[in-house]
Amino acid sequence: MSTNRPLATALPPRFRRPSLFTCAIVLTFLVLFVQGAMATNVTFERLLRGIVNLGHFLGRAFPPDLSNLDVLAWSMFETLNIAIVGVTIGIILSLPFALLSARNTAPAPWVRTLTRFIVSTMRTIPDLIWALIFVVAVGLGPMAGVLAIIMDTIGFAARFFSERIEEVHPGPSEALSATGAGKLSVIGGAILPETLASMTATSLYSVEKALRSAVTLGLVGAGGIGVELAAAMRLFNFDRALTIILLILVVVIGFEQLSSQIRKRVI
Amino acid sequence: MNAITITELHKYYAKLHVLRGLNLSVNQGECVILLGANGCGKSTLMRCLNGLAPHDQGSIQILGEPLTRLSPAQLRRLRQKIGVVFQQFNLVQNVSVFQNVLYGALGQQRLGLLTSLSCFATAELRERAMAALERVGLAHKAQAECRALSGGQQQRVAIARTLMQDAEIIIADEPVASLDPKAGREIMDLLLDVVTERGMTVLCTLHQLELAQQYGDRIVGMKAGKIVLDAPRQQVALDDMQQLYQGETRVDQPLLSATSRLTPVTH
Repeated sequence: MSTNRPLATALPPRFRRPSLFTCAIVLTFLVLFVQGAMATNVTFERLLRGIVNLGHFLGRAFPPDLSNLDVLAWSMFETLNIAIVGVTIGIILSLPFALLSARNTAPAPWVRTLTRFIVSTMRTIPDLIWALIFVVAVGLGPMAGVLAIIMDTIGFAARFFSERIEEVHPGPSEALSATGAGKLSVIGGAILPETLASMTATSLYSVEKALRSAVTLGLVGAGGIGVELAAAMRLFNFDRALTIILLILVVVIGFEQLSSQIRKRVI
Repeated sequence: MNAITITELHKYYAKLHVLRGLNLSVNQGECVILLGANGCGKSTLMRCLNGLAPHDQGSIQILGEPLTRLSPAQLRRLRQKIGVVFQQFNLVQNVSVFQNVLYGALGQQRLGLLTSLSCFATAELRERAMAALERVGLAHKAQAECRALSGGQQQRVAIARTLMQDAEIIIADEPVASLDPKAGREIMDLLLDVVTERGMTVLCTLHQLELAQQYGDRIVGMKAGKIVLDAPRQQVALDDMQQLYQGETRVDQPLLSATSRLTPVTH
């Protein structure tokens, strides 16, 4: 709607002038990007060559080699085992970590700080590094994968759990405390029921994440289908590699669909 | 014996002096209505009475027992004698009405939550919970989730929870503030009926002056962290109560009792 009456005050500008800080941040990022692109040798010519190589790979990969499907299926099953066992133990252990690191449930501030530090360390170290460490510790095979996924799951889930616990409305907890209930009863009776839906969603996402991790962990010798994929790529058996990639794709997408259906029902 | 005896009570939140040398006693079986404007310290006083907010100076005696320097176990035992009815009901929304009532017995159970969960509770406990629900007229809603109930119904469940607690004193902090006038009156009727049946003592904060005159044996008025009115309801005129809501009423304002017709009361 327009008005014929002249305005007494000037209109605000359409764009606000960025602050010196914003300009400095943008400039720093641009410099880092250009320097990074030059250092990593990202060129259009290499990109074109890469596309041609990809074409060669696909040419040699088709048709996929289905001859040893039973062996691959067994390896995929092992990957599923690694993911399920690792994530289940990880989720169970995440709960005490989350309770000790949440502001409203930690027994003392120093316990909270210490637990947050431990969880943060677990999260900061990538799952692949954890796998390398556990391969050294317990040897090649699925156990190293399971341990790596436990650490990765705690780092991820304990943080989300504790954030959700801190968001819980304090009223029901106070009401239970007021009846003379102990701290553990208050946590089990008021806090956990209020956070259950969110924790279930996080747990399901952890399973998806663990499944993807379990595939890659095999590349460093932590068992499962990843070992087969690494071997196939190293021996240039691209048709076998394609079968493995398709198998992973089917299982991961299938599980994501299942998880999304469960999430819809829970939340 | 007094049910509640408060002597020279002081409470600070950081530099804010919320309760300023408050004195009050409540006889056993008495219903005392506490009036006062928002921010005058009523809710803080209620929270001090069961240790949800520890007081800084002065003393509180509950049924002859001092509420000072108690171990966590002693505090839990004392809290079992004090049922609290909150303005926002403070029920656990994700569990059933029946389970919320069972939570009232949490303080009495040696194994806490484990023996108060509907699936593990003894037959006697389950029968008591159902009897409490029948008493507040919500037996037919036992299986419903609390989120599905109206405000008035939720407050009834909260009252059933205090019945389950077998408390001797009820502290009700604005129990009808979130309800419409009809539901509010029904809740006050119910509250007064059940406390009369069991010979309980009630300290209840309200803003509705007509309800105070109808339900209180005694009316106590607070202004800026102090008791400025304390008299049997027959001796308190509507005008006296309205004075409580005029002038400087909040604890973050200077205390101007000189401008008020009401005078501080000491015991």
